[in-house]
Amino acid sequence: MKILLNGEAFATDAATLDELCARLGFGGAKIATAVNGSFVAASLRGTTKLDEADEIEIVAPRQGG
Amino acid sequence: MLTLYGKSFASRLILGTAQYPSPNALKQAIAAAGAEIVTVSLRRESSRARTGQGFWALIEEMGARVLPNTAGCRTAKDAIATAKMARELFGTDWVKLEVIANDDTLQPDLFGLVEAAAALSSEGFEVLPYTTEDLSAAERLVSAGCKVLMPWASPIGSARGLINKEGLKSLRAYFPDIPLIVDAGLGAPSHAAEVMELGYDGVLLNTAVAKAGDPAKMADAFAKAVAAGRLAFEAGLIEPRDMAQPSTPVAGTPFFKIDHAS
Repeated sequence: MKILLNGEAFATDAATLDELCARLGFGGAKIATAVNGSFVAASLRGTTKLDEADEIEIVAPRQGG
Repeated sequence: MLTLYGKSFASRLILGTAQYPSPNALKQAIAAAGAEIVTVSLRRESSRARTGQGFWALIEEMGARVLPNTAGCRTAKDAIATAKMARELFGTDWVKLEVIANDDTLQPDLFGLVEAAAALSSEGFEVLPYTTEDLSAAERLVSAGCKVLMPWASPIGSARGLINKEGLKSLRAYFPDIPLIVDAGLGAPSHAAEVMELGYDGVLLNTAVAKAGDPAKMADAFAKAVAAGRLAFEAGLIEPRDMAQPSTPVAGTPFFKIDHAS
């Protein structure tokens, strides 16, 4: 299926958000996630199913003012 | 001591972590500032570059308390979602709430700000809103649950200092018991001293230090200015007057004759 990952088109057959993060190598990384504009807690990634055209955000700490 | 949401700090200077020439320059600036609170943000993470992982290791090493921002958010909805991601990521209920109205001034969208502050406060966040000196917006933010206010001095990164000093004075007078921190627009240590002389509780800045020729030296200069301004406020500044008043005693002036007095 095609999703939008961090604003860019991305093809994946990951069934859940957790699976997507793991495939991207983010297992154990310091990240936070949102699906279609809403925050998804780390504890809910395993039960958050991905659908066609979902918009996924995966963010990490960054410098800020 | 600076007390924010029940936590006390000896330093009244909060430092941003962006735009430094190198990670080492950032570390040295935080150390020179004696900053106990630093602002951070979150951004999209690339699975290849993994930029955020290294940055987080650096911040953890510094040991300062982090204040995550919602920089760049243009709507209350985006700011709320970003704050929730930040809470999980950084393990803090604190959020420097920014809802930005337009790109030219980066001024706060006060309507979106109040909406997001109310929603986040009701979910247990401790909101430090980036606002203007507007009194009615400040009242709404306090009603929404904010126990700290962070008005700008001038637009972010503009280095123009206090463009509405009277407005900032009014805000201080109007909210004597709410911690007030000037956030944004300071360019020189003298600006920071001026803010503190008004009785503000602290100063938050980034660009003026990060973009200085020697960030660590400038951080030290700002720290000294903040401390000096605070001391001056506590000591009690004299009132300005229109005409001169001799500081040396007039009585006993040599060669003084009464005729010359008129």
